[in-house]
Amino acid sequence: MSRFSITHAPHIRTKDDSTRIMFYTIIALLPAAIAGTCLFGMNSIVLMVSSIIAAVITEYLMLFMRGKKAVPADVFSAVITGMLLAMVITSATPWWMVMMGSIFAISIVKHAFGGLGFNIFNPALAARAFMLASWPVIMTTWPKPFDMATGATQLALVKSKALEMSIMNMPGHINTYWQLFIGSRGGSLGETSVIALLIGAAFLLIKGIIDWRIPVSFILTVAAISALFGADPIFHVMAGGLVLGAFFMATDPVTKPMGRAGRWIFGIGCGAITVVIRFLGGYPEGVCYAILIMNGFTPLIDRYVTDRVYGHGVKNRKNDKRHN
Amino acid sequence: MKTFKGGIHLEYHKELTAGKPIRDAKEPKIAVIHLSQGGAICQPLVKVGDPVKVGQKLGDSDKLISAPVHSSVSGKVTAIENAPHPNGTVSKAVYIESDGKSEKVGPIMNISVREAGIVGMGGGAFPAHIKLNPTMGHNIDTVILNGAECEPYITCDHALMLEEPLSIVEGLVGILNTVSAKQGIVAVEDNKLDAYRKIKGAVSQTNIKAELVETKYPQGGEKELVYALLKREVPSGGFPMDIGCIVSNVGTAHAINRSQKTGMPLTERVITVTGAVKNPSNLRVKVGTKIIDLIEDCGGFSGNPKKVILGGPMMGITQHTLETPVAKCTTCVLVLDEKDVKLFEEQSCIRCCRCVDTCPVQLMPNFLADYSQNDMFEKAIDNGAMDCIECGICSYVCPTRRELVHWIKLAKAKRNKK
Repeated sequence: MSRFSITHAPHIRTKDDSTRIMFYTIIALLPAAIAGTCLFGMNSIVLMVSSIIAAVITEYLMLFMRGKKAVPADVFSAVITGMLLAMVITSATPWWMVMMGSIFAISIVKHAFGGLGFNIFNPALAARAFMLASWPVIMTTWPKPFDMATGATQLALVKSKALEMSIMNMPGHINTYWQLFIGSRGGSLGETSVIALLIGAAFLLIKGIIDWRIPVSFILTVAAISALFGADPIFHVMAGGLVLGAFFMATDPVTKPMGRAGRWIFGIGCGAITVVIRFLGGYPEGVCYAILIMNGFTPLIDRYVTDRVYGHGVKNRKNDKRHN
Repeated sequence: MKTFKGGIHLEYHKELTAGKPIRDAKEPKIAVIHLSQGGAICQPLVKVGDPVKVGQKLGDSDKLISAPVHSSVSGKVTAIENAPHPNGTVSKAVYIESDGKSEKVGPIMNISVREAGIVGMGGGAFPAHIKLNPTMGHNIDTVILNGAECEPYITCDHALMLEEPLSIVEGLVGILNTVSAKQGIVAVEDNKLDAYRKIKGAVSQTNIKAELVETKYPQGGEKELVYALLKREVPSGGFPMDIGCIVSNVGTAHAINRSQKTGMPLTERVITVTGAVKNPSNLRVKVGTKIIDLIEDCGGFSGNPKKVILGGPMMGITQHTLETPVAKCTTCVLVLDEKDVKLFEEQSCIRCCRCVDTCPVQLMPNFLADYSQNDMFEKAIDNGAMDCIECGICSYVCPTRRELVHWIKLAKAKRNKK
C-alpha cells in the first residue's frame, strides 16, 4: 500500500459545497422574514418556526425510513423548504396548518420522488397549492399590515376593478408604488416587501448562487404582457408574489432547467402563465401555479433544448483558400 | 481583455516559485527513459550493457505519429524493463547508470524536429513534427504560442519566458517559416506581466504579436486560446489546423530553437517542483530523472506529504511511487500536504447548474455523468462527451462533490476502446 493517496483529477475542490449554498440561501431569506414579522406581527415567527421544525423532523424521518444517512445538505434544504412555505402563506394561518403543509412538502413532494435533487415540483409551492385546496377560506384571509383586521390583496382588488381604478385615475398612485415597494400591503407573509426581497436576491446573485436569467426573463415577461393587456406593468411586477417567486422559487436549482436557453424558456413561460392566470384565471394570483406548471415542463425542456457545444456547427476550413 | 466563454478563477499558489531563476538539477545517478513519451511506443535501439552518450537515440518507431527518445546522460544501459509511467500505468523504459561525465554525441547539423524527438511540452506530448506538417489542403494563417500556463502552481513556462524570451520568439519564427503562416502570436495570461514585457521586448524587431489574455482556467487549452485570440472555434472532433491555426507551447518553440542551434536532440526541460517541499524551485531537469531525486534536490518534503502529482492540480496524475521518472512533457511535480488533500463522498446532484455555467466547451457535465454512471455510454457520446477537454472544472465546482469529469472520461474511454 502506497503512503500516497491516489485519486483522479482534479485534486483541488471549491469551498462552496451544497451546505454552504443552502446556508447562504437561508441568510438571503432573512430580510424578507424580518420584514414579514414587522408587518404582520409575532404570528409570523410562530409560523416560520413551526414550519421549519415540521420540515426538519419529517426530513429525518423520511431519510430514516429510506435507510439513508442524513447529510447537512438534507437538513439545510428542509430548513429552506420550511421557511419558504411559511413565507408564501398568509399570516392568519394557524401553526398546525403550516406544519401539515411542511409534512406534505417533505414527504410527498420531495421524498416520494427520491429526496434532495430528484423532486419534480418545488416542495414549498406544491405544499402551498395543497394547503390552498384543503383550507381555501383561511388561506385567502389576508391580514392588513400593522393591523389585526383583514382585507383583500391588491391583486384581488384589481380583480374587482377597485384598485385598478385607484391606480389609473388617482393622483396618489405614486404612494401605492411606495407601499408595494416597502411591503405595507395585504399578502403572504414574506412576499410583500419588495425591498427586503431584493436585498436577499442581490446577495444570492453576488454569491453566484442563483442565475440572473430566470428572474429577469420572468419579471420582464410579466411586465411586457401586462403592458400589452393595458394594465400597469410596474404594479404587476411589484404586486403579489412575483418578486419572491422569481428570485427564490423559480430559481430553485432542483426544479429548473439546466441549459441556458432552457432557463430563458422557463422564465418566459412562468411569466406568461402568471399573467394569464392574473387576467383570465379564477385566482387573483398566478405565480405559484405558473412556477409549478413550468416545473412540470422542466424535464421536457432539458431533453429538447440544449446549448450549442463548442465547435458544433463550425465549418472545417480545409481546402478553403480564402484564409491564406 | 481577450478570453473565452465559461471557465473559473482559481487560487493559483504560483508565488511559491514565480520569479525564481531556473537552476540545473543534479545529474541523476540512474536515468529511466521511457520508450513511450509521445505518439506510439518506440522500439529499443540499444541493448543491456551498451555504453551510451548524451543525445544518443535509444528508441524509435516506424509509426506515423511517433518521435524517437534519446539518452539524457552518458553511461551504461543496465536494464530495459517496465517502469512506472507518469500517466499512472507501467511501460517499458531504458535504465541508464550515469557515469557523471555527460559525454555528448556529435551535433547533427540541421537536425529535423522529428529526429530531435520534440513533442508538445505543455503536457500534451503530441509529436511536434506532425503538427508542423499539416496535411494537404490545410492553409495555416496563424501560429499561436501558448504561454498562458493556466494551471495553479506551475511556473515552468513563466520562468522560461523570463529567461529565454529570444529563444522562444526565434522558435516561433522558425515555425512560421516552416508552415508559411503570416501571423504569429504569443499569448500570456495577465498574471505574468513581467513575462509579457520580456516577450514584448523580444518580438519588437518582428511582426509577431505579444497578447495578454485573461487569467482564467483553462485559458491555456488550445480550443479556448484559439477562441480568445481569434474568435474562431475548432470544429467538433477536429484540430486547430482545421481552422488555419497551429497552437504550440512556448516550451516547444524553445526546444525546437535550441535543437536547431545546438544540433542536439531534446534531453532536458524545465520542471516546477512545488507544494509541500522545503525549497520549491524551477529546475532544468534531465528527462528520466526520478521524482525522488527532484524532491531531494528541493530539500525534501515539508509537512506531511499526502499526494504527489505530475502536472497541475486540475489535470495532473497522482503517483503511487517516487520512482516514477519525469518525461519530456512533464511540467510540474506537485506535492500536496495532508491538510490540502480532502476526500469527499459523492452526493446526489442538486442541479445547481454550476458545471453547465462554467464548462469551457458548453457541455452539460451533470447529464453526461448521469448517463455514464448508468452505463448509457452511447447516450453520453451522443450528447457531446467526446468534446470534453477534461479540464476538471465540473468536478471542481460541483457543490455535491460529484466526480463529473471522471465519469465523462469513462464514457470517452469506453468509446475509444471499441
